[in-house]
Amino acid sequence: MKIALFATCIVDAMYPSTARATVSILERLGHDVVFPAGQACCGQMHLNSGYFPEAVPVVRNHVEAFESQEYDVAVAPSGSCVASVKHQHAMLARSVGDADLETRATAVGSRTYELSALLTDVLGITDAAAQLGSWYPHRITYHPSCHGMRLLRLGDRQADLLRTVEGLDLEPLPEADQCCGFGGTFSLKNADVSSAMLADKNANITATGAQLCSGGDASCLMHIGGGLSREGSSISTLHLAEILASTREHPAPPPGSVRGGTRHAADLPGKARQ
Amino acid sequence: MSSTYLGMPSVPVFGEGNLHASEPFPQAARRELDNAQLRANLGHATHTIRDKRLRVVAELPDWEELREAGSAVKAAVMARLPELLEQFEANFTARGGVIHWARDAGEANGIVRDLVRAAGADEVVKVKSMATQEIGLNEYLEEQGISAFETDLAELIVQLDHDKPSHILVPAIHKNRSQIRDIFLREMPDVDPDLTDTPARLAEAARLHLRRKFLSAKVAISGANFALADTGTLAVVESEGNGRMCLTLPETLITVMGVEKLLPSWTDLEVFMQLLPRSSTGERMNPYTSLWTGVTEGDGPQNVHLVLLDNGRSAALADERGRSALHCIRCSACMNVCPVYERTGGHAYGSTYPGPIGAILSPLLTGITSEENASLPYASSLCGACYDACPVKINIPEILVHLRSEDVQSRRGKKKVPGQMDVAMKAASWMMGSGRRMALVEKALPLGKLAAGPDRKIKKLPGIAAGWTRSRDLPAPPAQSFRDWWVKEHEDTASKEQA
Repeated sequence: MKIALFATCIVDAMYPSTARATVSILERLGHDVVFPAGQACCGQMHLNSGYFPEAVPVVRNHVEAFESQEYDVAVAPSGSCVASVKHQHAMLARSVGDADLETRATAVGSRTYELSALLTDVLGITDAAAQLGSWYPHRITYHPSCHGMRLLRLGDRQADLLRTVEGLDLEPLPEADQCCGFGGTFSLKNADVSSAMLADKNANITATGAQLCSGGDASCLMHIGGGLSREGSSISTLHLAEILASTREHPAPPPGSVRGGTRHAADLPGKARQ
Repeated sequence: MSSTYLGMPSVPVFGEGNLHASEPFPQAARRELDNAQLRANLGHATHTIRDKRLRVVAELPDWEELREAGSAVKAAVMARLPELLEQFEANFTARGGVIHWARDAGEANGIVRDLVRAAGADEVVKVKSMATQEIGLNEYLEEQGISAFETDLAELIVQLDHDKPSHILVPAIHKNRSQIRDIFLREMPDVDPDLTDTPARLAEAARLHLRRKFLSAKVAISGANFALADTGTLAVVESEGNGRMCLTLPETLITVMGVEKLLPSWTDLEVFMQLLPRSSTGERMNPYTSLWTGVTEGDGPQNVHLVLLDNGRSAALADERGRSALHCIRCSACMNVCPVYERTGGHAYGSTYPGPIGAILSPLLTGITSEENASLPYASSLCGACYDACPVKINIPEILVHLRSEDVQSRRGKKKVPGQMDVAMKAASWMMGSGRRMALVEKALPLGKLAAGPDRKIKKLPGIAAGWTRSRDLPAPPAQSFRDWWVKEHEDTASKEQA
């Protein structure tokens, strides 16, 4: 299958190792991954903040980058960006009266998948250890993220995949369905309420005794991780794509490793190394 | 062309009364967040009701179908509201009731005052009503020399304490037993001075206090949960029975109701009598449901009035993308699941309607141009829990986003100097409108390291981003974007293949 990767702006700019892990997983399964060069961002930040006129060029750019028929499906390692592509793009086009863009955006949305949905629903992955060689021998917990849970109805797909990673010990997170308080510009406009929500989320994460919190949205993980870091906690965050991509030969960084800066995630096995 | 005035003026009239915040939400929220006792009380209360609701909702195999049905009935009502109001008026009047149309809070209050005076009364008993809170009726009547006594227990506590409710279902959610005892001792004449704070003693004290009022009052004022167009019937749903005392004992009954409370027919009530109690109190059925149709000679109130209130509802109805907020049946399920409400409580929203529904309803009723309420649509992380909980499926997150866009547009229309957020959004739009431009900007990512400390964490950001670093670090950006890595990797592969 030919799969187009939508890296999403946060992953592209801040967490490139998450996108590389996504490529690694798909290539390991024998699929051909392409990266449409014109892509930039889904426009969710503009849309959710009410900047509709500013969202239009961003949405149009995404549609143009992904409407090519040269691939079968598109995938993004982010529930909220996929929810925006699927639920907001056509709505925006309609609200500015652009019927052509609405049709094209609907078409792009219909073949865009969140990573865990693609893996389970389309590619038939039920056992990450057996089918992907996933190995991550650490005690982790998992935050499901609002958009994946409520807009995409991902259900237990992400947690089920994590559970089948060899060596991984998944601790249930109390009040997992509660928002972490990120909410895009909400974290800036209502910084105090957002921080209060984050404090409760992180208290729950800490209570699990896990060494790391995983999830399917880089932005929520950036929020949660930023709060844990400020608290001086030793608990770190890591996107589920990186855990699924982690193998005995090429393990993902263990909990607590410092990310960002000059350090790159461990080299990930790709097509070249199959 | 003849026209019938249906309380639906062609030019939208925005609502007045207790619909406005007096300060921006973030500011009010900060103050409320400092109240640890409030947060503990709210956290406990909302979690208790939340869990109860989930349990009783799970009992119904057709819950989703019921929500669909409720939503469909309400959409149908909004589509033909003028016609249904006319039908209701004809039936209500034919059975001996009197209808009064009120364009806004001021008109509604004036109508009620005149009716109370005409009945020769200077005090009234009241059954808890959101509409009368919305128009500030109690305060208005007091100014006019008429005393209004709340009879719902929680509402009575709030009233005696000269406080404001902070939840639409549990108005005294922020008070505990010993606080209530102190309020009773201080404010209730003839109260037993040895009153303790056991619930039974408190309930008994309230009962004795209220019984005297019920037996002496000539006029009662109520709200209504539903109005049935095909029979001209009004319905009140409650838990304590004090409402029923108000609805049956006095000679004159005045109901104040928003025009959106209408249902087409008696049979539609079936859907809502399942949706409402389970969503609001987490009960299978509420203890008291009172329905009354006009006047029955020798039984119950002999003068029955209904004030039909617009107060911004026409304006909300005219907003195609916001109008479904009028479907709200005031169950409070959205506030009980809202992570923002749970931490700030109702007072932070500044209006009679707090929580997620308040964040859309208040600005819809007052207009987003009302500056006090323009911050309300931002009081949400858009987590979507409210939409999942709403028994009539109001897509609150979508309306919040719609109202944010109205706010941005309205500020643009006023040609104000663009704020930092406006400038940032414009710049981001330019950058994110092209992969080429994004790649160019990403080349500067390594510079971000300069902002980080030796631990590769950014601990202080300037301007609007400062809110982030108040409680959160930001990781230093990587040396290379994914895009850049991909291009280099594939260039390498391509050149190797060529070689």
